[in-house]
Amino acid sequence: MNTTPSQASCCGASHNPQFQELDAYLNGLQLDLKDPRRKDKLITTLHRAQHIFGYLPEEVQVFIANRFGISHAEVSGVISFYNFFTTTPKGKIQVNVCLGTACYVNGADKVLQEFERVLGIKSGEVTTDGKFSIESLRCVGACGLAPVVTINSKVYGKVKPEDVRDIIEKFLINEIEPEKEAAHA
Amino acid sequence: MPEIQTKEQLREACEQYQKLLGSRLGLQGDDTRMILICGGTGCQASDSQGIEAEFQRLIAMNGLEGKVAASISGCFGFCEKGPIIKIFPENVFYVQVKVSDVAEIFESHILHGQKVKRLLYTEPASKQKIDTSEEIPFYKRQQRVALRNCGLINPERIEEYIATGGYQALARVLSEMTPDQVIDEMKKSGLRGRGGAGFLTGRKWEFARKYAGDEKFVICNADEGDPGAFMDRSIMEGDSHSVIEGMAIAGYAIGAHQGYVYIRAEYPLAVQRLEIALQQAREQGLLGKNILQSGFDFDVAIRLGAGAFVCGEETALIHSLEGKRGEPGTKPPFPAEAGLWGKPTIVNNVETLANIPVVYQRGADWFSAIGTATSKGTKVFALAGKVNNVGLVEVPMGTTLREIIYDIGGGIKGGAGFKAAQTGGPSGGCIPAQYLDTPIDYESLASIGSMMGSGGMIIMSDQDCMVNLARFYMEFIVEESCGRCAPCRIGNKRMLEILTGITEGRGTVEDLRELKALSETIMDTSLCGLGQTAPNPVLSTMKYFMDEYEAHVLRKTCPAGVCQKLLRYEILPAKCIGCTACARGCPVSCITGAVKQVHTIDQSKCIKCGACQTRCKFGAVVRN
Repeated sequence: MNTTPSQASCCGASHNPQFQELDAYLNGLQLDLKDPRRKDKLITTLHRAQHIFGYLPEEVQVFIANRFGISHAEVSGVISFYNFFTTTPKGKIQVNVCLGTACYVNGADKVLQEFERVLGIKSGEVTTDGKFSIESLRCVGACGLAPVVTINSKVYGKVKPEDVRDIIEKFLINEIEPEKEAAHA
Repeated sequence: MPEIQTKEQLREACEQYQKLLGSRLGLQGDDTRMILICGGTGCQASDSQGIEAEFQRLIAMNGLEGKVAASISGCFGFCEKGPIIKIFPENVFYVQVKVSDVAEIFESHILHGQKVKRLLYTEPASKQKIDTSEEIPFYKRQQRVALRNCGLINPERIEEYIATGGYQALARVLSEMTPDQVIDEMKKSGLRGRGGAGFLTGRKWEFARKYAGDEKFVICNADEGDPGAFMDRSIMEGDSHSVIEGMAIAGYAIGAHQGYVYIRAEYPLAVQRLEIALQQAREQGLLGKNILQSGFDFDVAIRLGAGAFVCGEETALIHSLEGKRGEPGTKPPFPAEAGLWGKPTIVNNVETLANIPVVYQRGADWFSAIGTATSKGTKVFALAGKVNNVGLVEVPMGTTLREIIYDIGGGIKGGAGFKAAQTGGPSGGCIPAQYLDTPIDYESLASIGSMMGSGGMIIMSDQDCMVNLARFYMEFIVEESCGRCAPCRIGNKRMLEILTGITEGRGTVEDLRELKALSETIMDTSLCGLGQTAPNPVLSTMKYFMDEYEAHVLRKTCPAGVCQKLLRYEILPAKCIGCTACARGCPVSCITGAVKQVHTIDQSKCIKCGACQTRCKFGAVVRN
């Protein structure tokens, strides 16, 4: 790790509005560095940070570690454990294909393959223009609509492989729409 | 809103608020029209919010405020037919409603009292339209205890929960019973944990009460990670207060003053509803200091998970709550002795907690009269997969699989044959047709190689490949294994490699022996429940569907036609008329042939998607 904690926190926090937002959130938590139980707010903070930045780059991790008074390694260890956190940016349009059992037995794997084929990337990757990324996830609990695909915050139910092209095209046409929805979420 | 300070005030509030429910409770003389719109995740995905907004607009436009009301409710359970709306006092049940249908419902039903026939539920067998939910077979055999308020009240209004008698169990416990009496009553009810293991709830409380501690904690396990299960989500979205009340009672029983709900981040709507409910309970004085002037303090905080299946295991969950990696620990000590921050802690599942107020409202005897000798009460199942009526089903313990799948679930989709029911998720097993008449309870499911689990029930038809299903679950386990202990980390990975080999035509007879040997080692030596139960899906499919394994290994075929590497699509020259439909439909353009000439598939490029077969009108494309 080349970045020292002090560099990352001072440069980031003072100028960048994203860091300012995270800073304000952390101030609100009123962390008491002597209280060993302060760490129970770490995961919630990481959720918030990922919401603000879209992912959790190293300087954000260091920033959070400093504010919690714990090592960067500890924060990094927590991030790497949980599927929800990512240290690489995702696409502007995030395609999530549910691979829960109900979706799987109703053909979600074929839907995923079709998204991969049409967008030319594999699950877990981002298109070179940064526009799309594909992930698979385990059960959003909407099994009555299986197979389910969520794109940003919009849920598509009973998706068939032949619907994939239409769904993507619709999103490309209304590129502003997904951003609006993301702001809602 | 005034705070509720005494038991009497709570009772008065209940009577006063009952007017809000009015026609929904079937109260005499109340003919207010009430339109309930399902606000669960499934129906919201189909724009039930838009439906509510449209009703509100029409009510205002027609000046009918006070005479007609529209409100969201929790999940009705019949997710297959969503979005669902229900109109009281007639109790009319409309299915698959779209925003564009609202104007017609309003004009015809609300203004002129004429039901909109086309939106009523159609009984598939008789093709008859059914007006009310009570007459729909999906609901007829159900008994709703944990789901009692889902689809009845607006989950975002505490007044409606109070109107159903909510928080009176807490009031009774705090004013009339000692903690020991509370525990005795719970033991008497026979309620067992609904999260999977089925431990007696009263016994768990007793342990936690016994251990001394300056602080104790109640944790609600809302990390519903079993893919295909959504019971807990629906309860939290539809009736969060019942969970909060259950936690407060548990807190009083063991001597805890703080509760935590550990909930999946994948359930944003449930989190939001829970936050609203907690806020309202505090405002009304039903959480916080000196609840109902009993001297008992209790509050609840929410903590989010971050997508780790193993965090459903209680020691892993506690680590995650403490802000650490969610790795499991060794037991003993059990959480009841040393849990959160080393203090005595109980971890109860959402559905368990939702049952608790009922036990004290209606009594342990009432509760234990439902169910079988060893398993009391009801169980909610998330019925999904290849079944006609996907949805939430709550039945008394002891109901048979056949009743659930055929009477309630409406049978197998598309008229296909039943192959197996998978219960218990990645830790459970598959139940074949020969056990369809087994009464379901904790013991009977375990004796046939499956488990109750949290209540996921995925139905498989003869078009599903059981080897591939076992591979699917193993892939899940490998992804979700935390890596702490070697048997789970390495052993399951080897199992997955073998299973993948079998589904791709590389399996040997030796592989089958190896799978069994690995399974035994992993079950015996893994650290936590995740590893100890991980081989269950493999073992149960090998036990009941060995013929399918043999077909893959010995004959390199997949009888269900699922495993792509073992499939081969071919065009029968005798039947092909050269219409080009298949070639035009092929996503990878691997079919060649001139018009009116026999077409051929380039096997090296074919991705075995089957699109050609669906498109061919002459039965010329065959799958071998």
